[in-house]
Amino acid sequence: MLYAILCYNSEEAVASWSKPYHDEVMGRLGKVQDKLAAQGRLGPVARLLPTTAATTLRKGRESMVIDGPFAETKEQLLGFFIVDCASLDVAVETAKELAEANPGTGSYEIRPIAQLHEHRLPQERKPAA
Amino acid sequence: MNDPAWIDNVLRSARPTALGALLRYFRDLDLAEEAFQEACLRALRTWPQNGPPRDPAAWLIFVGRNAALDDVRRRAKQEALPDEAAISDLDDAESRLAERLDGEQYRDDVLRLLFICCHPDLPATQQIALALRIVCGLSVGQIAVAFLVSEAAMEQRITRAKARVAAGDVPFETPGAVARAERLAAVLAMVYLLFNEGYSARSEEAAERAELAQEAIRLARLLLHLFPAEPEMMGLLALMLLQWARMPARFDAEGNIVLLEDQDRRLWDGTAIAEGLALIDKAIRHRRPGPYQVQAAIAALHARAATPAETDWAEIDLLYASLERLQPSPVVTLNRAVAVNKLRGPAAALALIEPLESKLSAYFYFHGVRGALLQQLGRISDARQSFGRAITLANSPAEAAHIRQQLDRLQASAQKS
Repeated sequence: MLYAILCYNSEEAVASWSKPYHDEVMGRLGKVQDKLAAQGRLGPVARLLPTTAATTLRKGRESMVIDGPFAETKEQLLGFFIVDCASLDVAVETAKELAEANPGTGSYEIRPIAQLHEHRLPQERKPAA
Repeated sequence: MNDPAWIDNVLRSARPTALGALLRYFRDLDLAEEAFQEACLRALRTWPQNGPPRDPAAWLIFVGRNAALDDVRRRAKQEALPDEAAISDLDDAESRLAERLDGEQYRDDVLRLLFICCHPDLPATQQIALALRIVCGLSVGQIAVAFLVSEAAMEQRITRAKARVAAGDVPFETPGAVARAERLAAVLAMVYLLFNEGYSARSEEAAERAELAQEAIRLARLLLHLFPAEPEMMGLLALMLLQWARMPARFDAEGNIVLLEDQDRRLWDGTAIAEGLALIDKAIRHRRPGPYQVQAAIAALHARAATPAETDWAEIDLLYASLERLQPSPVVTLNRAVAVNKLRGPAAALALIEPLESKLSAYFYFHGVRGALLQQLGRISDARQSFGRAITLANSPAEAAHIRQQLDRLQASAQKS
């Protein structure tokens, strides 16, 4: 079974980490990642830019573009795409395309990625049926 | 979880919101600060065992408010304080409180806290010192180090500034749209000033002052959380991030200034650049340009160029032209001259800045730029004169050394020919 492990924390608190503390934590996380990668168990790892850099496309009869992150508490994270876009305009258009394919309720939060480590799993895997 | 570092971080990031709300409640800065201090002490006592509350700011507001009220009551009746355990288990009360304190109110609380530091009677440096003390919670000692003065002198400055603020009318009413926009503009200017205090530091003190620039970035992030759809807010944060990204490349090993053109671009902070570029992209979609956005867009063009030769000077020239319209200033025109020099040569650039002489005669950069243009035109003795003038106006030994280097080069090329 493939698992996504999603990271949650207060970004204000993380942003006020000192450089040495930040480097220390990243060093420890890096060791865990290296071990997982060596075992062939690690897929892509991404660090997202802060939510202040996010834009949200709210689905509906007419989709609405809102500054800021996804803020609903009554909807849950169901999946994600990583798409290469030349600009935010392109990213919004791409999200609109997805919204047309899957209309109704819900949102797409468009969040730029700070760093992406493209670890590859040994072969393409399908989650257990 | 015996490491108290995480508590410090949480308290630091909750401070503006919690203190802002306590100020609204008590309408007295000293009382609000005492209440916040007391709440922090209780947090340090109870959080290591209980873990951090779900909404630390709401916890601090609730506990701080009760502690201060208890204090008042105790003074009045000599009553016993409530049991510590009762205060540490606040989950129910806290979540109800968090629901009541809606985002709108938090937003104006933080803005008010910053806005009172921008008191028009206070000189700019005192506004910044006050904001660092009150909003960011830096100690007087830390601020004194950053401003290169003694702790006693800084203590006195902050005490005076606080007295000035307390004597004035603190605006407690919820602002209307126009008042809010005015407050925001004043606060943005102060945040950028704070950033520049840290960013324009000389190499030998860069480490101490870097904290000021980082605090400015933190405040801008907080403000953008509170005002997520303000394009100028996005522009200011982008501008600061894009400039900050160049910090590691701005001085060489000897502490000499390295010009943008000569910087090792591999040293630039890629994450800060990515965040800055993402924010500009967001701001531009609003189609409401402003000075911070335009300056950020200029910084973005530098950041996007992998080598100096790839810099889009034509676009930079256009952006400076629009900045001249938005915020006319001889300094903006001077900056534009650098782009004009790249596009149309030194004669055109010189023609652009010559009329500024009377306004900028005491400005270091004016004479530095003028000297460099004259040098390109082969007017060696005029160039030497300009550089000489620049040295006398240099703000730091590094600036003077940089101009002296240019003079030496001038000398060398004059001898060769």
